[in-house]
Amino acid sequence: MFAEFLQYLFTGITIGATYALIALGFTLIYNASHVINFAQGEFLMIGGMATVSFMAMGMPMLLAIILAVVLAGILGILLQRLAIAPAKQADVVTLIIITIGASIFIRGLAQLVWGKDYHAMPNFSTDEPIRVFGAVLNSQSLWVLGIGAVLVVALVLFFTRTLIGKAILATSMNKDAARLVGIRTQMVLMLAFMVSALLGAIAGVVVAPITFTSYDIGIMLGLKGFVAAAIGGLGSGLGAVVGGLLLGIVEAMAAGYISSDYKDAVAFSMILVVLFFMPRGLFGAKVVERV
Amino acid sequence: MFKTMMRRAVALVAAAGLAMAAQAAEPIKIGSFLSVTGPASFLGDPELKTLEMYIEKINEDGGVLGRPLELVHYDDVGNASSARNFASRLIRSDRVDIIVGGSTTGATMAVAPLVQQAKIPFISLAGAVVITDPVKPWVFKTPQSDRMAAERILGDMKARGITRIGLISGTGGFGSSGRAQTLEVARDMGIEVLADVTYSGSDTDMTAQLTNIRNTEGVQAVLNFGFGQGPAIVTRNYAQLGIDLPFYQSHGVASDSFLALAGEAAEGLRLPASPLLVPDSLPDDDPQKAIVQKYKSEYEARWNSKVSTFGGYAYDGLMLAVKAIEAAGSTDPEAVREALENIRGYVGVTGEFNMSPDDHNGLDADSFRILEVQDGGWKLIN
Repeated sequence: MFAEFLQYLFTGITIGATYALIALGFTLIYNASHVINFAQGEFLMIGGMATVSFMAMGMPMLLAIILAVVLAGILGILLQRLAIAPAKQADVVTLIIITIGASIFIRGLAQLVWGKDYHAMPNFSTDEPIRVFGAVLNSQSLWVLGIGAVLVVALVLFFTRTLIGKAILATSMNKDAARLVGIRTQMVLMLAFMVSALLGAIAGVVVAPITFTSYDIGIMLGLKGFVAAAIGGLGSGLGAVVGGLLLGIVEAMAAGYISSDYKDAVAFSMILVVLFFMPRGLFGAKVVERV
Repeated sequence: MFKTMMRRAVALVAAAGLAMAAQAAEPIKIGSFLSVTGPASFLGDPELKTLEMYIEKINEDGGVLGRPLELVHYDDVGNASSARNFASRLIRSDRVDIIVGGSTTGATMAVAPLVQQAKIPFISLAGAVVITDPVKPWVFKTPQSDRMAAERILGDMKARGITRIGLISGTGGFGSSGRAQTLEVARDMGIEVLADVTYSGSDTDMTAQLTNIRNTEGVQAVLNFGFGQGPAIVTRNYAQLGIDLPFYQSHGVASDSFLALAGEAAEGLRLPASPLLVPDSLPDDDPQKAIVQKYKSEYEARWNSKVSTFGGYAYDGLMLAVKAIEAAGSTDPEAVREALENIRGYVGVTGEFNMSPDDHNGLDADSFRILEVQDGGWKLIN
């Protein structure tokens, strides 16, 4: 009985940690520009796919991962420079639509370069699962959790302790004022896209051994990550993590105890309930609109 | 579009050249619509390659009834409504003599009413049982149905003394149709399905569902009916959970790419598959051995890519069409239809076809071979 519960919990935490990592990427760009970057899932895909193809060229895993993450970072900069920046003072909604277009473009490109097949990636460490009180845990799940935790701490430090981090926050609060005090807001935006692309790519690499990877993996994981971010409250780092874990655990418990058919329905009802009572999400900032 | 036109142009030029060789006889037009690009391209691509290659070969050998074959092909991009448009073009403006095509069940079912009305023989390359059950006079198909896969799997289980199973299936079209057929066949065969769980195509972890099955009292084996990467994840989770019951997959994942994805976790699992996966381990007295080996080596030599089960469906479709036209002695639609219906004992890549007025598929469940994964490769069980 307990083993069963523990198994569902492990499953949920693994899936949830994946969602949380993706949600963090959404949070970062949202904080800097109030744009929801729907190409976030594509960064995830680039991370996984590029690692697999660099490894197929005979590179050691670590080098392949670093190159793939750097590649995604460059792509993040390009996305901001070539697609977002030319739109200048466009509405946030317009910018969001641009990111959707960019995601379709990147996905199409990936399909041309890498084809449509699914690819497997080996676990970082052992393939042997870990047994705890009768439940099993994939060793890769620990990597997802560990790297997720490190990234969260790093992000918190980045935003509270570094000048660049504070500049990003300042830009998000008031773009004009930020420019007046000497912050190069275009530079800050570019940086936000780069960091969030790096984040997405790292997430893509750590989850690839569990989920496999293919050119279209970003659609589904990107959407679930967005949902997690919305539950937690867009813009809150802690919210992204809690939202992701909550979504994952609810899904796994529903699949285990109720029925796998209703798993998604249960997860989505939860979102409705949360957003109904707390429209800004669990940890969303309380914003007063000035009229 | 441009590509299709180029292909048609090339085919026309080739056909024109050959037509002169065949005493300038009027070509026999074989119409085709396949999902060569788009999400189902893994089906349509090898199918088109097979048709092109064997039509060339047949023309080199003098054609059919002294007339060359001409392929008229359109790419439906996996979209049922464009399949319908192209089929109507094939019938009305290209005036083809027979249609061999339809990579997906959706495209096939969209076209079926058209060919029924126009009275043109149509050989489909798609799987689901609804295509030929109930029988439509002008519609035939070459792949085995999911029902036969279920019969074959449950039959193998029974032979091993397994009567109580757990079922996990995908919620996509292939998985849910397979699940329905499995439940029906299981009832007929006296096998109890104690656990019945599903996963959606985009799920990345099926441990919860498998734990559910593992904790169900009395389950002796587990069957996964699904398509795409899902079954590979199920296979990995199965191994991680250390479930040591016999494990079965469906024919939906009978390919080498599944083995690459699932890796060591696939060791020991069984599935029904086309003999095309194990041409060299077939016994010498197997009537299919020679033809399967020949198709595999010819395809791989011509296209320099691995042969696939789906190309085999197109091979059988084309050969059945040729056989029927030869037997009918003309391209008169009704005569060809009747000849198709009466083909018996044709040994193809997929199996031995015995058509009849109430069976427009003509295969039986035994045309699936049960394979087991051993040392990272396929091993023929029976």
